[in-house]
Amino acid sequence: MKLLQFLSPAQESARRQGPQNRIVSSSRVRLARNLQALPFPSHAKKNERIQALEIIQPAVMLVPGMAGAFAESMESLNALEKQILVERHLISREHASKGTGSGLVLGRDETISVMINEEDHLRMQALLPGLQLQRAWELIDRFDTELEEHLEYAFDRKLGYLTACPTNLGTGIRVSAMLHLPGLVLSEQIAAIIQSVNKLGLAVRGLYGEGTEALGNVFQVSNQMTLGEDEQRILARLEKVINQIIMHEENARAVLMEKKPKVVLNHIGRAYGILANAHSISSKETMNLLSLLKLGMDLGLFPGADRALVDEMFLVTQPGHLQQRHSEKLGADERDIIRADMLRECLAAVKRPLSNFPTPPSA
Amino acid sequence: MICCICNKKPATVHITQIEGGKLNKLDLCEDCAKQYNVDAPDSFKLADMLLGLGAGDELARAGAGELTCPQCGFTQADFKKTGRMGCAKCYDVFGPGLEEMLRSMHRGVRHTGKVPRRLQGATGVVVDLTEQIRQMSQRLEQAVAQEDYELAAQLRDEIKALKAKASARREKE
Repeated sequence: MKLLQFLSPAQESARRQGPQNRIVSSSRVRLARNLQALPFPSHAKKNERIQALEIIQPAVMLVPGMAGAFAESMESLNALEKQILVERHLISREHASKGTGSGLVLGRDETISVMINEEDHLRMQALLPGLQLQRAWELIDRFDTELEEHLEYAFDRKLGYLTACPTNLGTGIRVSAMLHLPGLVLSEQIAAIIQSVNKLGLAVRGLYGEGTEALGNVFQVSNQMTLGEDEQRILARLEKVINQIIMHEENARAVLMEKKPKVVLNHIGRAYGILANAHSISSKETMNLLSLLKLGMDLGLFPGADRALVDEMFLVTQPGHLQQRHSEKLGADERDIIRADMLRECLAAVKRPLSNFPTPPSA
Repeated sequence: MICCICNKKPATVHITQIEGGKLNKLDLCEDCAKQYNVDAPDSFKLADMLLGLGAGDELARAGAGELTCPQCGFTQADFKKTGRMGCAKCYDVFGPGLEEMLRSMHRGVRHTGKVPRRLQGATGVVVDLTEQIRQMSQRLEQAVAQEDYELAAQLRDEIKALKAKASARREKE
């Protein structure tokens, strides 16, 4: 089966709902594992990488619940398919650059995704909408326990699961959540928040992980330390910090509405104006303006509008997803025009924002 | 942009290194850049940056002469260059020199999390429990010293549970 037929339609994928998804768009737990007997991918020869792939891929398919999974080697996927996988957060950008000897297995509902021969032999993740870190951990923990029945992992009593990079030693776990924080950005508190989160040993990154920009005011918060404490403790710390960030974001929004209503209304009104009327717009500008539109919906400025529409626009206007709808190869200029056409069409049904914040019923 | 080493001062020095086709970017403030000798590229090693100051030196001290992994042929120089290990066996070869580096990178130097099922129940687990209790008691002391009583209470309960688990195991054997 071809990847694009396997994947759920973008509309559906973007509309998955979870707890706290006003601010938390998704939760993920990723585990790094390696085979005892073969060199790590970056140091392995081509035939050793192929050997690892041939051992791992069938083992992954044996795990209960992987019936109907999509399995493919990375060399068989074209650039567009890889780009779409990155935009759906199902593979890393690093994995998208891999070819022979690397592979992907994707569970039927796209919750479980296994990268084979990325930086480690195995990078497996459970990805869920909203704030569901504990649930994501349970899913990937169970998956890993099943998989270890079929594979001999590299494990050391003292150092735990052995990984290519010593930064992932021990539990090999990376717990992360994707947060939409326009309030903290607009009120210029985001730098201070990032700094204090860093001090707790957690990392804050952009939309596509390591080394990426925080486009659309989306930030990824994750643990950095993997050795010396167990999975539950790492999860608990992250959960606690994320709940605090949510609180700060809600506070920042409330304070902005109270103290600088015109600034907020101006940002949101302009964002709507451009998105609903532009005839050419870049991916980056789109993401940043859609973030403001989403904020406007959260604050009640678009009564009756479908909030999930913004999430959908966010996904379908990204370069890979845009290209997917067109058979001919599009240049960047053409993409900007088509993107603007799509946005105008989507927003035709959304009325312009209110010129004042609606009074909350409790006030 | 904030310096990626001290996380305090604004980053004014930006470096891009290409290692084995992989792009690594670093953003440093002037003081950290000086401290790490970024101006003299030969003496600046990415492993030091990524893994903490002195990672490369520590490895060099760990074994006089060039250590090589007998299983995969990975050398100390390879580690210094990439910041990655070659295979599982490498940790036996280079591991003894890594302790300080791991300490600066992680919350502890001993794994306390999940253990593969095939290794569970072996005697080693009892050792791990004892170590776990020792580590947690240390953290408990710290928590009390820092007056974080919420954490302290949590730790106290966990230590109690672990001790019960450890004595149950001893009885079984």
